[in-house]
Amino acid sequence: MTSVEKSWKEVSPAGVCWKSSTTYLTGDWKTFKPVKDETKCTKCLLCTLFCPDGAIHWISEKGDIEFDLNFCKGCGICANECPTKAIVMKIE
Amino acid sequence: MKTVVKQEVHGLNGDEAVALAAKQSDVDVVAAYPITPQTIIVEKFSEYVSNGEVETEYICTESEHSAMAACLAASATGARVFTATASAGLALMHEMLFVTSGCRAPVVMAVANRALSAPINIHGDHSDAMAERDSGWIQLYAENAQEVYDSVLQAFRIAEHVDVQLPIMIGLDGFTLSHTLENVQTLPDDVVKKFVGTRQFPVVLTHEGKTVPYKLDPDNPMTMGPLALPNYYFEFKRQQEEAMKNAFKVIKEMHEECGQISGRHYGDGLLDPYKLEDAEIAIVCLGSTAGTVKTVVDELRTEGIKAGLLRIRAYRPFPAEEIAKALGKLKAVAVMDRSMSFGGNGGAVFHEVRHALYDSPARPYVVNYIYGLGGRDTSPSQLRKIYQDLQKILHTKHIDDLIRYVGLRD
Repeated sequence: MTSVEKSWKEVSPAGVCWKSSTTYLTGDWKTFKPVKDETKCTKCLLCTLFCPDGAIHWISEKGDIEFDLNFCKGCGICANECPTKAIVMKIE
Repeated sequence: MKTVVKQEVHGLNGDEAVALAAKQSDVDVVAAYPITPQTIIVEKFSEYVSNGEVETEYICTESEHSAMAACLAASATGARVFTATASAGLALMHEMLFVTSGCRAPVVMAVANRALSAPINIHGDHSDAMAERDSGWIQLYAENAQEVYDSVLQAFRIAEHVDVQLPIMIGLDGFTLSHTLENVQTLPDDVVKKFVGTRQFPVVLTHEGKTVPYKLDPDNPMTMGPLALPNYYFEFKRQQEEAMKNAFKVIKEMHEECGQISGRHYGDGLLDPYKLEDAEIAIVCLGSTAGTVKTVVDELRTEGIKAGLLRIRAYRPFPAEEIAKALGKLKAVAVMDRSMSFGGNGGAVFHEVRHALYDSPARPYVVNYIYGLGGRDTSPSQLRKIYQDLQKILHTKHIDDLIRYVGLRD
């Protein structure tokens, strides 16, 4: 997991979240990670729209996308939707 | 010590006593669905709403599952919430009972205990509530309409106590209590209002890093009862167990505080013993049956038989240590179950009472009597026979049948 786990005496009752979802790194659920072929990517950004976890970001300084592997669960929707087949899923 | 306040005597059945207690307890939200023998409670309460006698938001739901869902949601916002049900209605709430206790929502519910189908039967037994004994709800069982009234008042204080924060059900035997008119002493409105006070909240740490009262508030957002995976679910369940343990003390305290005002006590709030101090043989039971047992105990005492009674008022949390202490010195005990644990080698109360006695240095003979299913009457002569059976066990030092059935046609 992503942090030291609390005892039953320390957690808030009823499962009240004591930290933001942004600090709960769900990226460690994945088995496959997305890998991009730079020669095929047209930067259409469809992948950023289809990602159900918002884990693909457009980085304007780089002029390119970036996968946030802390939150990518490896579902493969980006690879499936990519019109140029620039994304493939590879086992971690 | 407070002085006992002047009270009025009303002719009320158990259901009306519940409705009056809820009316006086300044309830914010009632969400309910009518079902026999609880119907009078919600009918009466809806009259209060219609007449403008209460400021309660009354939600008519399409089912008991929805009623409990609405109660949970209302409770989460910080409202004081009350509902009532019975039998199939309680069974339909089953899923939501666990969600409510898991969310630590202090909902107060009256359960007019009734048999479960099939065959369909509208009369009193404990099958409905016993099936929910592991749902994380506190369970109190009342002996008469007076205790029903007092218990509902105490229930709000118990459930909402910061060390408890658990839902609570008050059991009243269907028809025997729910529909039978009794003289009920009632406290003045202002006295009840002061006793129940306003809802108390524990503080919790939220995702914003704030420590705030545990309720839904747009200014202090929080997520209640979300996903907890194998790495955390267990911890939350352990917390509920701790809250149940805390409830022992709180049930006793609220019973005592209410008793100081009303002048009425039911044992120590957990257990209500009757002539048990020097008893050799005793019956253990829940609910209204205890009233009949007391009559029989009195008769037997005049005959020189050392008979006693232990009525369990708080069934959840189960006061195992106190039960062992109360029964350990006896010679033979009959535990009465008004429900079946099919294939379970005896009823639920029997299991737990016998389990409580396992570590006692001296253990009485303990036998089980299943009785009163589907509203079958249990007469004084049948109860007297139970005491005679116990005497026979003492004489022969042998138990013929561990599990027996009262009033069943062989």
